[in-house]
Amino acid sequence: MRLRQLVQSGTSLGPAVVVGLAGFGLWEGAVRAFGISQFLLPKPTSILAELQAEWPVLRHAGWETGRIAVSGLLVGILAGALLAMFTTRFRMLNEGLTPLAVAVNATPIVALAPIFNAWFGITGTLSNQAVVIAVVFFPVFINTAKGLTEVHPDEIELMRSYAAGEWTIMREVRVPNALPFFANALRVVAPLSVIAAIVAEYFGGPQDRIGNVITSNAGFARYDVAWAAIAVASAVGLALFAAALLVERVSMPWRLAVGGSDSNNNPGRET
Amino acid sequence: MNSGGDVPAVVVDGVGMVFNEGTGGEVAALDGIDLTIRAGEFVTLIGPSGCGKSTLLRLIGDLLTPTAGGVSVFGKSAHESRTGQDYGMVFQHAGLFDWRKVKANIELPLELRDWSKTDRAARSAEMLDLVKLDEFGEHYPRQLSGGMQQRVSIARALSFEPRLLLMDEPFGALDEMTREHMQGELLRIWGETGTTVVFVTHSISEAAFLSNRVIVLSPRPGRVHSIIDVDLGERTPDTREDPDFFAAATTIREALRSVGGAE
Repeated sequence: MRLRQLVQSGTSLGPAVVVGLAGFGLWEGAVRAFGISQFLLPKPTSILAELQAEWPVLRHAGWETGRIAVSGLLVGILAGALLAMFTTRFRMLNEGLTPLAVAVNATPIVALAPIFNAWFGITGTLSNQAVVIAVVFFPVFINTAKGLTEVHPDEIELMRSYAAGEWTIMREVRVPNALPFFANALRVVAPLSVIAAIVAEYFGGPQDRIGNVITSNAGFARYDVAWAAIAVASAVGLALFAAALLVERVSMPWRLAVGGSDSNNNPGRET
Repeated sequence: MNSGGDVPAVVVDGVGMVFNEGTGGEVAALDGIDLTIRAGEFVTLIGPSGCGKSTLLRLIGDLLTPTAGGVSVFGKSAHESRTGQDYGMVFQHAGLFDWRKVKANIELPLELRDWSKTDRAARSAEMLDLVKLDEFGEHYPRQLSGGMQQRVSIARALSFEPRLLLMDEPFGALDEMTREHMQGELLRIWGETGTTVVFVTHSISEAAFLSNRVIVLSPRPGRVHSIIDVDLGERTPDTREDPDFFAAATTIREALRSVGGAE
């Protein structure tokens, strides 16, 4: 990224920062003015104080939960993308699997967490990772498969006229065509992986994670600590989202080159 | 380039094409097509929609296999010609790959033929010069206008000196002015490369301006209705106002009218 672009994106963040800070100010003011009790809604300043006081615990919890989220994210992305490529090569398989995947994706997969505990053990991290993988897998699979198959027919005919085989068509046409779809899936699953990890932690697994820090502190009415843990979780989620955006920019330089409309919401190309 | 001697570029021999054969929903697209195209010729296929002109083009290009008869290209079967990479194709949709720069798009067929990097670069520079887009090699396709994209598409199709150029309404999506300009450019390029061209269109003036011969197809199932020779000599912008040009267009129009497809 060039310096000018960096400065531009910096200045475009300005309004968001101002609104965010104003929001915190309003929050702080409202809690003080209306005497809202700490246990309903703690002040931002007391959350910040707890964030400092409990930092070693929170940092450790954030790190561990982040590791669950990231490892599950990577496995889920890899599995989703690879299976999408595999099924695209075999049309029948794709037509059978995709509707099924869409249906599974519409079910609340995190609700499976207690069952995964029974399958993969309640004390280890495996069952939590399994929840993240399951949550991440489906959107990646569905979107990537869509991008791999929704190629303009002329482009396939063109490649065939060059006597290109299926594998070459996959590499030269389908995969690059699927990148914007894949990137959209990344934007969705990156923060989703943190949510999945925390919800899974509510149901079991080691006790030094964000999910458990939130539930145990809420149990002892230490809501400001619970809020501080939530703040840490948000930071992890944002970091992963930022990483997803970075991957998107680096992998698709042609999108940046087109008059600044870097990546509108539509992954499909104009035809 | 076409050192084929007396071997015709394309021989279509008794070709028929039925889609969905044996399913009950059969559609006869083409029936009993016989056609010989000489090396270096510019031949246009024209006819009302449903006459199977795009299907015929795809049969010649071995993107479809005929259900009756056979196609040979420079003495080989269409299949051998395709796998031997004798074809250049241009569609109405320019079909450039967004993720490749203009230069890399032109070099794609060369990459598939395992050309070395230096050879590819030399050829793409040559091709960009041919279509007069020298300054745009490092641009992405979406940064170009529709007419420019179609020129890149033509450059890509010609980059490996195909013996046969198949074009399916390549200028159909362009405005009138760009279209006429592109027709002139195509004839100039054709003159410089001497390749054989089979060109599908539904525009009478386009067919008259470009072709040595116009094949008029009748619809459902597609058959060759008539073959019209067009002899206008060297084409210039003035050709469009030449009485001979109007006469050729009139002949084509009347043929189309008699098959029920005059536009």
